[in-house]
Amino acid sequence: LDDLLQGFILEGFFSHCIMTQDELNFIVKLPCLLGSWFMVLICCFQVNTLSKQLSSEFTDIMNEIWANEAVKSAVLISSKPGSFIAGADLDMIEACKTSQEVAQLSQEGQKMLEKIEQSPKPVVAAISGSCLGGGLELAIACHYRIATKEKKTVLATPEVLLGLLPGAGGTQRLPKMVGLPAAFDIMLTGRNIRADRAKKMGLVDQLVDPLGPGVKSPEARTIEYLEEVAIDFARGLANRTVSAKRSKGLMQKLTDYAMAVPFVRQQVYKTVENKVRKQTKGLYPAPLKIIETVKAGLDQGHDAGYLAESQNFGQLAVTKESKALLGLYRGQVYCKKNKFGTPQQEVKTLAVLGAGLMGAGIAQVSVDKGLKTILKDTAQQGLDRGQQQVFKGLNSKVKKKSLTSFERDSILSNLTGQLDYKGFEKADMVIEAVFEDINIKHKVLKEVEAVIPAHCVFASNTSALPISQIAAVSKRPEKVIGMHYFSPVDRMQLLEIITTDKTSQDTAASAVAVGLKQGKIVIVVKDGPGFYTTRCLGPMLAEVVRVLQEGTDPKKIDAISTAFGFPVGAATLIDEVGVDVATHVAEDLGKAFGERFGGGSIELFKLMVEKGFLGRKAGKGFYIYQEGVKNRSVNSGMDEILARFKLPAKPEVCTDEDIQMRLVTRFVNEAAMCLQEGILSSPVEGDIGAVFGLGFPPCLGGPFRYVDSYGAKQLVDKLRKYEAVYGSQFTPCQLLLDYANNPSKKFHQ
Amino acid sequence: YSSGVLPTLLLTYVPKENNFPSFLVYTESQNYLAVQPKSKKTLTKSGVKNIVVVEGVRIPFLQSGTSYADLMPHDLARAALQGLLNRTSVPREVVDYIVYGTVIQEVKTSNVAREAALGAGFSDKTPAHTVTMACISSNQAMTTGVGMIAAGQCDVVVAGGVELMSDVPIRHSRKMRKTMLTLNRAKTLGQKLSLLSKIRPDYFAPELPAVAEFSTSETMGHSADRLAAAFAVSRLEQDEYALRSHTLAKKAQDGGLLLDVVPFKVPGKDTVTKDNGIRPSSMEQMGKLKPAFVKPYGTVTAANSSFLTDGASAVLLMSEEKALAMGYKPKAYLRDFVYVSQDPKDQLLLGPTYATPKVLEKAGLTMADIDVFEFHEAFAGQILANLKAMDSDWFAQNYMGRKSKVGAPPLEKFNTWGGSLSLGHPFAATGCRLVMTTAHSLKKEGGQYGLVAACAAGGQVRHSLLLSLSARVP
Repeated sequence: LDDLLQGFILEGFFSHCIMTQDELNFIVKLPCLLGSWFMVLICCFQVNTLSKQLSSEFTDIMNEIWANEAVKSAVLISSKPGSFIAGADLDMIEACKTSQEVAQLSQEGQKMLEKIEQSPKPVVAAISGSCLGGGLELAIACHYRIATKEKKTVLATPEVLLGLLPGAGGTQRLPKMVGLPAAFDIMLTGRNIRADRAKKMGLVDQLVDPLGPGVKSPEARTIEYLEEVAIDFARGLANRTVSAKRSKGLMQKLTDYAMAVPFVRQQVYKTVENKVRKQTKGLYPAPLKIIETVKAGLDQGHDAGYLAESQNFGQLAVTKESKALLGLYRGQVYCKKNKFGTPQQEVKTLAVLGAGLMGAGIAQVSVDKGLKTILKDTAQQGLDRGQQQVFKGLNSKVKKKSLTSFERDSILSNLTGQLDYKGFEKADMVIEAVFEDINIKHKVLKEVEAVIPAHCVFASNTSALPISQIAAVSKRPEKVIGMHYFSPVDRMQLLEIITTDKTSQDTAASAVAVGLKQGKIVIVVKDGPGFYTTRCLGPMLAEVVRVLQEGTDPKKIDAISTAFGFPVGAATLIDEVGVDVATHVAEDLGKAFGERFGGGSIELFKLMVEKGFLGRKAGKGFYIYQEGVKNRSVNSGMDEILARFKLPAKPEVCTDEDIQMRLVTRFVNEAAMCLQEGILSSPVEGDIGAVFGLGFPPCLGGPFRYVDSYGAKQLVDKLRKYEAVYGSQFTPCQLLLDYANNPSKKFHQ
Repeated sequence: YSSGVLPTLLLTYVPKENNFPSFLVYTESQNYLAVQPKSKKTLTKSGVKNIVVVEGVRIPFLQSGTSYADLMPHDLARAALQGLLNRTSVPREVVDYIVYGTVIQEVKTSNVAREAALGAGFSDKTPAHTVTMACISSNQAMTTGVGMIAAGQCDVVVAGGVELMSDVPIRHSRKMRKTMLTLNRAKTLGQKLSLLSKIRPDYFAPELPAVAEFSTSETMGHSADRLAAAFAVSRLEQDEYALRSHTLAKKAQDGGLLLDVVPFKVPGKDTVTKDNGIRPSSMEQMGKLKPAFVKPYGTVTAANSSFLTDGASAVLLMSEEKALAMGYKPKAYLRDFVYVSQDPKDQLLLGPTYATPKVLEKAGLTMADIDVFEFHEAFAGQILANLKAMDSDWFAQNYMGRKSKVGAPPLEKFNTWGGSLSLGHPFAATGCRLVMTTAHSLKKEGGQYGLVAACAAGGQVRHSLLLSLSARVP
């Protein structure tokens, strides 16, 4: 009878397998008819996003599991290398027209996961690779979670970064699972949690170490082993030799106890809410909605919580903030691809000239990714400082436990610090980060070209000097390219690559490949004064100076600009960049673009440089910087300078909002002009460059998305208003006028 | 195996295994051999001296914390050296050099070779040095001796190894040591007091010897469990193998085959005459143990791992002509040896797989030519994983750069008198035991070639060294 039954069940499932295999969403495996009647069903995902189709098929399978007497438990695993489930299908959400439609999607997800949670037969999630968003929500709906302890295994709810909230029960289950404070942390930051940390938090129950080579490749065998271990636990859970109850630590028990008291909970909500308001300046609705949703569940019960979750999810999905953030996410994906294809020769050895802040930063992100890196400087002292910077950068990872000291040492063994050109004959790429002076750049280019091999690319890390001007003295201008990194290199994600008319496709492919290897988001722009990023910043900073001259103090300017969504205040930004650098760039760009880059007086900067108010690096700029002092004070030495350059304020354009718009419209107008002139090849790259390189407010999605959402016509009207007061610096460019005249025209469809 | 004690012991087991020396021990000549050799091949190399093992001994290997618990490492080494002197009656002035291996160093006797030799009655004119290479330290000692003889610098070398796991150096914390050292230089009472006032409670936390691989922070047992999983070696297979080791060791002990053991009169205690870790158990009992490293679902347990052991061993090496001139009947020739090393994380314990084909190729032999295999058994899972790796074409092609597998040694020729799992594994003393067992076994079986392989910790050496050594039975 057993045999007969087994055959019957197998056949039943088998037909299902064939059906689902066509769709390529699932494979159902019936592995272990061990001994007698103990069956663990293995449900293996073939895709890594949760789509409508997947949900319905999955529900079918779950129904079959519950209906079938022979199946005692189930394991969910993915066959996609590198991911369990990386989240819900974003297209599916974007395709929805109304918030009700999205809320409906959320409710379906909630129901499906609730069914798993309430299943009388234990379901085990076997996690290898990214377990994000909906994937994590699926995993925490299961009764047991086993994750591989690999670097690629990360758990997170990144919804908040897309202006959303976990919409399939995540806001309700997480607080119960890891406690209220930890749940807020997970959901409000969206940060990645590695498997070992997840185990400590109680997010996963067991860890499986990755395996080395055996009779199969390490990757294949590790997944197989994960499945074996998961089956063991699934069986154990079903016959009750394993308990799904987690033993909570004393701290967690205490926290849970405290959180059960309504008064304490209210205090936590209040604290978190205040913190969120302070950080988001009220510009991002998602975090507040998350708090509200969690609150609803804990204070008003299960039904209210789930209802709030789906409703809020629906509402958030149609906000312009969410659309902006989603656009950035897609743009980021776009900028993580090399559109120039694979370079003919992979860069394995990289030489960096100049061990300053930038040079050492570039060396750090390169050596970190396995590139053999030469760091060359002209003076031992500078070189020592640079090498120490690289060491410090890597060592901070050791302190954070994301790297072992052994790995750090072995990474550092790929870094050679030197004062001469030894070994340059083996370099595949040279990136110069020497002082921003065209004569020095020319000198090193000539020196380098005398020692490097024919295929070696010469890249210049300059923020404003035109690459074609640098390449003018090159014997092989097709191999010269610009790679504009942002400071601090190890933290800023953007890399702006600049091609000249003569730069070859293969050179561009090489530079992009190196940038991507270094973990950067890469935009590629055409050569011109200030390229794209520096050029957009120029008019805005000129306007900042004018606003200062009109009597608005630095603190006020900072407050106004951060209120608009800039992460760093405009005056602070000048201090960070360095007043001398800003002067240099402003002069260069002023020469190239003339009146349009005018506004504030450059003499003000020059006087600041004269007085040694160079910004943060000098300890004094608009503010005074002291080691260990957090609340910096305004530099009183600036009063006299500002007084000397004082201009009469124009009350008709000096409200806070007007000041914000004066800064932003000049930025956006210049960005549009870059697109118009072909410096930028697409609005996507323009948005990504502005947000990741210059801190343009992410909630607006970048200058081009901002034009779309604010309205080109409205923006042009603003520009005209300021133009009437200040003149041609605010004259809208032709491209903006075209878009203003045709309301159906959008940069992003 | 009572499950209470052993798993804890295993955790403190110092996991130092990665280089696998594989020794080839051959027999060949008819000169002193009654048995007709199978092969005419002598493996003699032109221009290189033949090097022989004249004799080798070891004191009984004991579980740590038993009869040797109160001794110091050099005491054990002394006993082994004295045993060698007694058995061979070699005139002490003939010994040109002494090399000894040790892993966990007792700081008071950092050159334990010299301290032991002086105490054992060797000439104070005989120089001695200590080597360390994790679990293959005495292999390193022997090959160092082989090198000295081959280079014509010595004729007679004593090599050996010692480990005392009953007592390991536990240090003050770095902060405390720094304070104490600075205190030495403080001149005034004020300076001293100000230094002392900086001591905080955390200064008193002791620093235990590394229980993990330095480069990966992974304990050896953990690594063995992962290795077993990578090769899909089941718990059942591991327990069966461990049981085999104990059963065979018991048989060898009872049958008086462990000829290298010399009795040791421990001061204040009875004379120790035999190894005390051999305990054949039953599959049921072994099956009850919980995993010791990968909890709760791993497969490596206290019962299928080697245990913490105290012990020492020593061998007498000579050039063949010197041995014959002195009237000795050598036990074996030491022939080729190879050291290899691999990735310290995922292939930490796979040395024998890499080393065996290399040394065979060097000697121009095949697996079929070998009569006796002695492999160091760190863990049952590690041995079985190696056997599977050697038997896998996929592994040979993808990781060893070979066209096909070498093949696994036949079990009837493999560790037939037990191994480290049952006899014990005093890290640095194991190598000499493997060589002597091979020599005795070859003689008993009338075999010609033997192969010794072992693994050792480390991984700091990335480039390949492997050791394997060949000898022949007279």
